[in-house]
Amino acid sequence: MEDGRVILSSKPFQMVLDRLCYALIENYNDFQGTYLIGIQPRGVLLADRLVARLKDILPDSTLQYGQLDITFYRDDFRKHGKPLEASKTNLEFAIEDQRVILIDDVLYTGRTIQAAMTALGDFGRPSTVELLALVDRRFNRHLPIKANYTGIQVDAVDEAYVKVSWADQDGDDKILIFPQKHEVQV
Amino acid sequence: MSEGRKLSQPHLLGIRDLTTEDIRLIFDTAVQFKEVLNRPIKKVPSLRDTTIVNLFFENSTRTRISFELAEKRLSADIVNFSASASSVSKGETLIDTVNNILSMKVDMVVMRHPAPGAPELLARKISATIINAGDGTHEHPTQALLDAFSMEEKIGDLRGRHVAIVGDILHSRVALSNILCLKKLGAHVRVCGPPTLIPKWISSLGVEVSYDIRDTLKWADIANILRIQLERQDLRYFPSTREYALYFGIDRAMLEELGQDVIIMHPGPINRGVELTSDVADSSQSIILQQVENGVAIRMAVLYLLAPR
Repeated sequence: MEDGRVILSSKPFQMVLDRLCYALIENYNDFQGTYLIGIQPRGVLLADRLVARLKDILPDSTLQYGQLDITFYRDDFRKHGKPLEASKTNLEFAIEDQRVILIDDVLYTGRTIQAAMTALGDFGRPSTVELLALVDRRFNRHLPIKANYTGIQVDAVDEAYVKVSWADQDGDDKILIFPQKHEVQV
Repeated sequence: MSEGRKLSQPHLLGIRDLTTEDIRLIFDTAVQFKEVLNRPIKKVPSLRDTTIVNLFFENSTRTRISFELAEKRLSADIVNFSASASSVSKGETLIDTVNNILSMKVDMVVMRHPAPGAPELLARKISATIINAGDGTHEHPTQALLDAFSMEEKIGDLRGRHVAIVGDILHSRVALSNILCLKKLGAHVRVCGPPTLIPKWISSLGVEVSYDIRDTLKWADIANILRIQLERQDLRYFPSTREYALYFGIDRAMLEELGQDVIIMHPGPINRGVELTSDVADSSQSIILQQVENGVAIRMAVLYLLAPR
């Protein structure tokens, strides 16, 4: 397997995470009435890290945090040879009238976010929904969806694959780009 | 969400065809659907472009409602069919009936039929996905799956655990599917009932046979109590239901005397006062209503995993 090219290494990676945390604090203060929701599976890895960092910065705040799986809401159910396997959804707080921040690692076509918003509707009516993505592949969108908070922007052709790798999962915090998806061991 | 495992079979005809990995995949998927069923809006759009026909050639309340709910929770379009109100009563054959329905573009067929093997015949002759919802005295795979799923939920891994199946083993498709499923999950299985209702060949499935209910309850972690199927009995297998209740019925006094926390299950409908008394069926030891709840999640998992793609 050809190795991917690193587009964000460990040190600037931490700075980006910190910047995202402070951007959220700037808008949400102590996170009262706010619900952070990581999208399964890889958005949750990002959300876990952001939540841990936010708790460091604001030890007294009460953060509501949950995980949402959107497998059953996907519009490409028929396009795979095998059924898509679901991960756990864990939303123990009520969503009604909360300010929701959806968190995903890579914003690409926008279809995941569309499915996530459909799924959210089944849990209640949030007062607002914002989107945070670590990587924004801004030229590959299929739908009119835009992130409110982004870590880095990556301009790449459709065939390229961007992977966020995490220290506790994959050995190192970094963002990689591969010319094609099949070269990646996911 | 990941592109993962798939079932080894294109249909669900019986537990016999499933591998242990298939059963695990169904359980893992059912856990996620159980969470869906506890949401304010208990519905996901996964099967919104799938049409399912429920073909019931035999009476059913629970299984039919359970399948129907599972299909609706997955947003499938459904058509219900019961034999009594159809051309079957005019003499149409099974294959003709089904082919007529399929020419109206149906993707999946959930079928209950009094003849053992009817779903297998259909699977060979037609192109839709077939799910067996009970074929005569043969198999009832989704019931066995939801039973085993409920057991695992209650006591964890079934490997090495003792499960007793009590009652009318001879006429019960639930018994056969349960035995096959539990063996695949590594449990020790014992059947118990009057000798006339336990077929001789049953030990060839690797189960123990006992005619002593007290000894069996002492041995078991879980007892799955089956209904006496009076409607399938062409002759008298025991003198009276009163006598059956006396020798094989389970009541509170018996459980207390054993001092045993055996978990009580029943696939329903219960003949109260025959195989179980009300104070056992409604007690905290019984997980009968959890079985019903899990039935919808298990059927959603089976439909989701087998949906044509």
